[in-house]
Amino acid sequence: MISMTPRKHIPLSLTLLTPAVAIVLTLAVGAGIFGLLGFSPLGSLYTFFVAPISRPDQIGDLFVKACPLIITATGLVFCFRANVWNIGAEGQLVFGAIFSGWVALSFPDWPAIILMPAMVLASIIGGICWAMIPALLKVRFNTNEILVSLMLTYVAALFIDWLVRGPWRDPMSFGFPLTKMYSDAGLIHRIDVPFVGSLGQLHWGVVGALLLAIAGSFVLSRTILGFQIKVMGDAPRAGRFAGFKPHLVTIGVMAIAGGAAGLAGMVEVSASMGQLQPNVSFGYGFTAIIVAFLARLNPIGVIFAGLIVALAELGGDYAQIALGMPKVVTGVFKGILLFMLLAGETFNRYHITWRRPAVLPVSKER
Amino acid sequence: MSQTLNEGRSSTKPLFEAVGVTKSFGDFIANDDVSFRIHAGEIHALLGENGAGKSTFVKIAYGLLQPDAGQLFWNGEPISIPGPQQARQRGIGMVFQHFSLFDALTVAENIQLAMPPGETIASLSDRIASISKEYGIEVDPAARIHNLSVGQQQRVEIVRCLLQDPKLLIMDEPTSVLTPQETEQLFEVLRRFAKNGLAVLFISHKLDEIRALTSRATVLRRGQNVGSVNTKGQSNRQLAELMIGTKVKDVARQKAPAKSKILFAVTKLNRPKQNAFSVTLRDITIEARAGEIFGIAGIAGNGQDELMAALTGEWLGNQSGVITLDGGDISSQGPAERRLAGMGFIPEERNGHAAVPSMSLADNALLTNHSLAGVVRGGVLDLAGMRAKAAAIAAAFDVRLPEPNPLASSLSGGNLQKFVVGREIIKVPRVLIVSQPTWGVDIGAAVFIRAAMLDLVAKGSAVVMISQDLEEIFAISHRIAVLHDGVLSTAESATKLTAEKVGLLMGGSDAPKDAAQGAVQGASA
Repeated sequence: MISMTPRKHIPLSLTLLTPAVAIVLTLAVGAGIFGLLGFSPLGSLYTFFVAPISRPDQIGDLFVKACPLIITATGLVFCFRANVWNIGAEGQLVFGAIFSGWVALSFPDWPAIILMPAMVLASIIGGICWAMIPALLKVRFNTNEILVSLMLTYVAALFIDWLVRGPWRDPMSFGFPLTKMYSDAGLIHRIDVPFVGSLGQLHWGVVGALLLAIAGSFVLSRTILGFQIKVMGDAPRAGRFAGFKPHLVTIGVMAIAGGAAGLAGMVEVSASMGQLQPNVSFGYGFTAIIVAFLARLNPIGVIFAGLIVALAELGGDYAQIALGMPKVVTGVFKGILLFMLLAGETFNRYHITWRRPAVLPVSKER
Repeated sequence: MSQTLNEGRSSTKPLFEAVGVTKSFGDFIANDDVSFRIHAGEIHALLGENGAGKSTFVKIAYGLLQPDAGQLFWNGEPISIPGPQQARQRGIGMVFQHFSLFDALTVAENIQLAMPPGETIASLSDRIASISKEYGIEVDPAARIHNLSVGQQQRVEIVRCLLQDPKLLIMDEPTSVLTPQETEQLFEVLRRFAKNGLAVLFISHKLDEIRALTSRATVLRRGQNVGSVNTKGQSNRQLAELMIGTKVKDVARQKAPAKSKILFAVTKLNRPKQNAFSVTLRDITIEARAGEIFGIAGIAGNGQDELMAALTGEWLGNQSGVITLDGGDISSQGPAERRLAGMGFIPEERNGHAAVPSMSLADNALLTNHSLAGVVRGGVLDLAGMRAKAAAIAAAFDVRLPEPNPLASSLSGGNLQKFVVGREIIKVPRVLIVSQPTWGVDIGAAVFIRAAMLDLVAKGSAVVMISQDLEEIFAISHRIAVLHDGVLSTAESATKLTAEKVGLLMGGSDAPKDAAQGAVQGASA
């Protein structure tokens, strides 16, 4: 008989150990899968997790890959802490890219000092607008935000597809579904590291992402806003008793997550693409959900979790090139990782003991 | 602890006996070496505070839980009870605190569900009628459950047990939902059972009832059997001291100043119910004066939750001018604004309503203080200030802490309640609204909390106390009103009211008009 008793106290060491054990187990299961697919397990793990970060410029690329994940996941942490299940960051990210793209394409002559803040602002507004649809429907009609936000993701993907194939297509693109290139002022530049030059693709957006995560951590742990969000998530009735407004918190966290996702869309396009295309995101909005949970809903943890997941993504590319391994293996990896984390969470919260069914000892004396 | 067992009627074999029963949940020991015996024809009380292990013990006796160690005996034979089915076959019946009846079905249909298959409703109805007659339990087999009062539903549960011809009947806190009159009727029935040779195990923490009904009591304290006593020769105080293991202090209300200022007033508050399970509030009128505790008695489910939500501001209506503080209209204000205006609130449920279990005490101190000065500056939390506030509350209200800033969930019920009460009273609110202030806490903590509320009114504040505990209502309220089906009776001075009259009001009978009018004039005790 297995009995699970809730732990009264979860020691910090256990909280830190859980993700570490989950990662180790993921690697072990991954090695097994490589073996079954006919690859050398250890060699594949090397290709997957070590080869992509064996040079300094590759480290830079890792941060670049993690950048949209960190920005998006930081916003999602606020939602999930408040028990608001925004699954549509992908769509909010796309709308951030669309809004900032409109600014960049409409005002290409503005200097960077004006254009860049305008694009940042536009991307945040775009993400918020798209997130407000599920948020307001939930507050007004009690709809399920999981379904609405998820379905809107597909609407957003089709909408940008239509834009870049139709009204916004560059007439000079030879029929390719691409907009004009942004002007130089609308691009995020690479970081010039002293004595080294550029470090891979490392750009200023990465610095922004790290600062955002740190700011998110401060807001969540040290401000009344973060306190409201946590109370609403842990004990909504206590939140109402404290005088917090549940609807405002729902709208607030959806706005934070939508704004962050929109910003990630702008950074991704301005730093890596330079123009809008049908696919501005490669599932970052969905992957960020895994990142948020891997980080145990802690914004500082998001930085590390973002890097780990980004490594798995890069590793997938490497394995595809070097070993001819199918790219879907990356998805399998992410799935196993999330599964292991959730399982670890159970062990974290409960004390699990194995017992034989009770056999009554007959009392000694009567 | 079996050496303290008084050998009551050791000449005859006990009907049911437990020896050395131990049961733990994780590292919490709910029953620690508990021994117990009951004879045929005996009404035996199992006495203990909330959390003392009473429910665990009777669940073991009824086969719902299996003990980790120990042995049960039936007529001297060692037995094991793997489940309720086997318990019923042996002749052990149990009436739970919460009934398991289908509202839409009739009494006979509900009982048929629990009986072995094959019996028709008609023959069952006859048997129900004959049992009803034999014991004087009025039950109409054709009545639908949703038309019955709580007391009548309990009778259905009892009849259902009786039809299975039990030798031992376990009643788990049967009076917690009854009015004093219904309680007296139940006791008559139970005494008749005992006369017919049935053993009744009666679980309660109400000392008056135990002394009125039972001859012997087994007392549990923190999972241990601390002895069996003859209840007749004991005073309430002696029984209470056995229950908690320390001396019990008295609290007594002071006279409220005559005709003092009305601090908090509710005038003809009406709120339609929000769903099928809640209660419509009708023409609620409250006038709480400086220096008095305004007690609101009533049985659970008569609108207490709705009234509390309306008074705290968690549930705002569209009537204006119906709730005033010091004459100022606060009807449209939420909880934070009402606190800012000088009110304090203590809801009934500690976990998840008054406090967030997964957060530290410092965070929980912030919960009802965030709109007030001191702990939040420009939106940023003053963590040290919050901790200092929590520590000050703990020190002033005797909250025992396992560590400096523990999670709320790591505190015992009584300790957390003292924190939640202290968090409001330390602010010396002009008006304190509290619901069930001592629900589920030990007597020591209850005495402390009641004394703290009396201290508060002595400083000139007003307290509105909603409580289902009549003893508590009478012990500290200056004026008492009764909530029944969303209607609040006219408040009367506590010294002029009797338990009988309050009981009638709790059951929904209207008080004679002239008495009610007299009370409006002589409003203070």
